[in-house]
Amino acid sequence: MMALLNDSFIIYALAAGIALALVVGPLGSVVVWRRMAYFGDTLAHAALLGVALAIAAEQLPIVGVGVIGVSIAVLLFWLEKQRDLSTDTLLGILSHSALALGLIVFSVIQAQGFNINLMSYLFGDLLAVNQSDLILMYGSVFIILLVFSQILSPLISISVNEELARVDGVAVEKIRFIFMILLAMVIAVALKVVGILLITALLIIPAATARLFSKSPKQMVLLSVFIAIVAVFLGLYSSLSWDFPTGPAIVVSASFLFFVSRIFVR
Amino acid sequence: MLETHQQSGENRALLVADSIGYKIRGKTILTDVSLQVQKKEIITLIGPNGAGKTSLIRILLGLSHASSGKVERKQNLRIGYVPQRIQVPDVMPLRVCDFLNVAGKYDIAQCQQILDEVNCGSLLYSPMQGISGGEMQRVLLARALLKKPELLVLDEPASGMDVIGQQALYETIRNIRDKHDCGILMVSHDLHLVMAATDRVICLNTHICCTGHPDDVSEHPEYLKLFGDAIDGLALYSHHHDHEHDIHGNIVASEHCNSCEHNEHKESQDKS
Repeated sequence: MMALLNDSFIIYALAAGIALALVVGPLGSVVVWRRMAYFGDTLAHAALLGVALAIAAEQLPIVGVGVIGVSIAVLLFWLEKQRDLSTDTLLGILSHSALALGLIVFSVIQAQGFNINLMSYLFGDLLAVNQSDLILMYGSVFIILLVFSQILSPLISISVNEELARVDGVAVEKIRFIFMILLAMVIAVALKVVGILLITALLIIPAATARLFSKSPKQMVLLSVFIAIVAVFLGLYSSLSWDFPTGPAIVVSASFLFFVSRIFVR
Repeated sequence: MLETHQQSGENRALLVADSIGYKIRGKTILTDVSLQVQKKEIITLIGPNGAGKTSLIRILLGLSHASSGKVERKQNLRIGYVPQRIQVPDVMPLRVCDFLNVAGKYDIAQCQQILDEVNCGSLLYSPMQGISGGEMQRVLLARALLKKPELLVLDEPASGMDVIGQQALYETIRNIRDKHDCGILMVSHDLHLVMAATDRVICLNTHICCTGHPDDVSEHPEYLKLFGDAIDGLALYSHHHDHEHDIHGNIVASEHCNSCEHNEHKESQDKS
């Protein structure tokens, strides 16, 4: 591994992976508590549309992902208020509509001569991360963690029980909305690392693994960061050693940790 | 100073509800409900299932919005709310001490002290998912008390407890009023148990049927009409002349038929 570290692209890849690990742990814990896995999936699917639109508008993909993510959050918020359809139905509609629309926009811009690789967005392209990507990623990670640390207490409160939180004076809607936006930002950060299709896995698996060892919510948040970092190391190492695709290798490492801890602990 | 002393009613109320109406999908849940909660007053809300008790509580708490009428709370009123029960997601690691800290920052000593006060001091580090229904009620109560509430709202605090547990809980609640100086509004089916701990009873069935001191309410025709069927259905209890036991019978018929105390009555009756 030390010999491998001499190559700068590997250091970049590792740095990018750790950036992602820093945010998927905390945000993933809340996703798990609040059963928002499907929402994460929806944001991720919608991200493809964001990337396609950003490329068409000659903007950075991360910008498109952010804009579409926030739009989906707003749309869901509005639809949920109508109360006649359950959230998972609404997410099913949003998720697949956005994915289908994204694929259409992709094929349209490809036909116009843009040379883009759909696969790299679907599964990530960690080894192609460059310095400016890293700056953008760490900037986002900093903002995400800063905001997250401010809203962690109310997030725990509404995850335990929304009505108690409301009586205690927590602005439940506001906190939920801020969290959705943070999640959209995480998707944007994850784009290069594991890609759109696998990001939900990285949100959920480290947090779910951490659950087994945690006694309090904050322990779970910290531990899931650690587990995500280990998964990034293992994934990157196996990817370099055996030429596995990096994003899937990280996800498989995370699930390996999950199953090993389930089997051997307790 | 003198003036505030003289103002007895309106201005000192913690909470005033003025002719509340509430409809869900065209169905009338509440009509023209007005009530006030004063400082240090214990009010018990009783009524049959579907009477709108929980809806009323939710409106007073601000969790639902009334279709008509208005609720006025004292400015910055600190409310401690004890719901019937809550289900903490299994996937959330949460000990009792973490739960107590969800709404604010309290050190371990404070948490321990408040748990001792509600008689479950040994639960400090227990996972929330592992505690029993009765313990859950006490932990919820402890959490509400940590906020130093001016108004404590309890929704059927004794549901799912046996009679001994209920009596102990109401004892705790009575002590709380004296110790914490807060107004208490609770929903209960167990009028006989809360009697001693209640200043005023409000009997609700979509509208307010009757209200007043527990002794008066238990003889009120509206109250008897409301729970009259229950008395007929449980003629077993009708021979009890003792006032308190009369109410006991009434209420018991609607909810708690299996508690040990009632079985005793039944046995003594079977013999006679």
